[in-house]
Amino acid sequence: MKIKLILASLTALAAGAIFVLGQDKIGGEIIKPKGNPKMAVIDFRGGGDAQKFMTTFNTTLWDELKNSGALEMVGKAFYPLEIPQQPQDFKPPTTAAPLRRGDPPRVVKNGPWLTDWSGPPTNTNFLTFGYTAVQDGRLLLRGFLFNVGQPDVTSANLIGKLYVGSLDDDGAKKVAREFAADILQQFGMKSLSGTKIYFVSDRSGNKEIWSMDYDGSNQKQMTNYKTISKDPAVSPDGKMFAFHTLTKTGWQIMVHSVETGKKLPFYNMVTSTIETPEFAPDGQHMLFSATVDGWLQICMTDLNGGNLVRLSHVHALEVSPKVNPKTKRDVLFISGRSGIEQLWKMSIDGGEVERITNGEGYVANPSWNPNGQMIAFAWTRGFEPGAYNIFVMNLASKELGQLTSSAGKNESPFWAPDGAHLVYQNTPTHGRTAQIYTMLADGKNQQKLTTQGDNTQPVWSNAIN
Amino acid sequence: MRNLSRTLGSVVFAAALMISAAGCKKKAPIVNTPPPTSAPARTTNEPPPSAPLAVRINSFTGEPRSIERGQSATLRWSVGNSTDISLDQNLGAVAANGTRQVFPSQTTTYTLTARSGATQDTRSVTIEVNSSVPPPPPRPTGPTVSPGEILGRDAQDVYFDYDKNDIRADGRSTLTKDADVIKRILSADPGFTIVIEGHCDERGSEEYNLALGDRRAIAVKEFLVQLGVPEDRLKTISFGKERPVCTDQDEACYQRNRRGHLAPAQ
Repeated sequence: MKIKLILASLTALAAGAIFVLGQDKIGGEIIKPKGNPKMAVIDFRGGGDAQKFMTTFNTTLWDELKNSGALEMVGKAFYPLEIPQQPQDFKPPTTAAPLRRGDPPRVVKNGPWLTDWSGPPTNTNFLTFGYTAVQDGRLLLRGFLFNVGQPDVTSANLIGKLYVGSLDDDGAKKVAREFAADILQQFGMKSLSGTKIYFVSDRSGNKEIWSMDYDGSNQKQMTNYKTISKDPAVSPDGKMFAFHTLTKTGWQIMVHSVETGKKLPFYNMVTSTIETPEFAPDGQHMLFSATVDGWLQICMTDLNGGNLVRLSHVHALEVSPKVNPKTKRDVLFISGRSGIEQLWKMSIDGGEVERITNGEGYVANPSWNPNGQMIAFAWTRGFEPGAYNIFVMNLASKELGQLTSSAGKNESPFWAPDGAHLVYQNTPTHGRTAQIYTMLADGKNQQKLTTQGDNTQPVWSNAIN
Repeated sequence: MRNLSRTLGSVVFAAALMISAAGCKKKAPIVNTPPPTSAPARTTNEPPPSAPLAVRINSFTGEPRSIERGQSATLRWSVGNSTDISLDQNLGAVAANGTRQVFPSQTTTYTLTARSGATQDTRSVTIEVNSSVPPPPPRPTGPTVSPGEILGRDAQDVYFDYDKNDIRADGRSTLTKDADVIKRILSADPGFTIVIEGHCDERGSEEYNLALGDRRAIAVKEFLVQLGVPEDRLKTISFGKERPVCTDQDEACYQRNRRGHLAPAQ
């Protein structure tokens, strides 16, 4: 049932933002992505009391599908006047004898039909429709997804499903998100609904770790150390988060439970600075950077800080280890071993060291796409020192795309679990505070998630809470 | 034997010191010898004299005999066979039996005089007033200016090039002077600990800047240790770009922020 053309479109999305590193054409021509599949979504109506929550439902469903970046949404002004609410509403046209001899047979419309949607002016590939009703005091959604390019209702029907939620705005949002997630899954997309973003905010007066929903709602303070806490990271199962805090003896890593908010045991090595903690995708190890023999080096321990292994042995500063979530073996990191800091890669045992960026500009904040092939990072290449922009790269081909172009500093990109979005921070030119945004992997559809205080270092939890 | 003679010698020396110290000692305040306790008993036990009865001061005491300046003492007396009784020190005529509170500001001798016709009796009591000059404060354990203040006043920040942790030529001369300041502080207060802060300008990434600040602080520490500052008196901490001294977006301000700073450890 999955739609093949969607995978192609995802690839196009990535490829669209990419050009070859060797051509040295930063800001140069970017190939236009091929059109995404077109999607029409009717305004759902509700029976009885359900109608009260339909504005919330329709807005949520539309935004979820639109913000996925996988679909081209067809404006409602182009829709036919006859709107179907269930598959039975579709009535194939019939033919009748022509009124004048010699004419072709007449087409007689008997109700809404697939071609009303696939043809002009709507010209959509897909149609989302259905309705809601109240059943046993709860909100019931009947949701359908049709491929209107098919010749008949049976072959057009991709989804026909019931969803249940509470009879209020929260229930309307819930069923809309669940339905959207099922639709996006048809296009090879993962819904971000229910995922969390962890970040640093100073809005309480100190830099503390905060969390929010994927769309910026529900912002919550997660720590209260009242010094400086930053560098958040989330465990692969979403149950723990790590960060580092300035203590009396230096910078130390802390690990907290997401559920209880309480500190979990983590034994820090005795040194001046420990930073950039990273949960290994095996769920068993922690990577970080710590001062060893006078230089910050990439180290790895068990989840509780035991069994310390030093992965790098150079007289250079190295930070931000990030492990490939697919291979669980390749480690991206930032190193000054060739001069100014660049993006490097090594294997998790410290071997196979390779420089990824070409030595120009300053590099920071590597992040793996969940597919383990694309990466994102902040780079000043082509700009003044400090003027970071966000780049994506296909690690195998070294094809490179630049997603932001100044408007201040753009830093800390982090891939969303759907592999199609990124979260990042922007500091406007001459600005003193940064805010967190999401965007699609082609740099489009930028959405501001924070407004209060200075908000930095976003990381996207893969887990649904 | 040698030890013994040295011990003997030091004993003799100590004795001589004591004698000479005694010789130098400030003269003790004059204190009248208190009347022998037996005296009143004797007086009371004596048979009453024939008329005209002789004037007799039965007792004259001051309590306490020794006071601090500002405190009071109480004179107490008892006189027989006299109505003409007076105290000196401008205290004037008094009754035959009485008390008087006095506030001498310095060691004072009070004399009680009782007359009757041609006979008179006198008795004196001295109230000693201690410490007419306030004592000095307790001996300080270190220099009067705190080591932290000396460090803040005399130690200079050392500056770095962008994205670099090498000590520049100007930094070398700054740190040479700073090493002297630290040694001076440590000679007065060997337990003093200094924390070297590493700072960066706002342009680098947060993560790399924290590493760079750490490395700058360590470079400063290594240089100071080379100049003879004891390593165990020096700690390091990085603030990355968390604590800028200025926030202008120009090279002058960036340079001020790319620094190693010496501060007293908490």
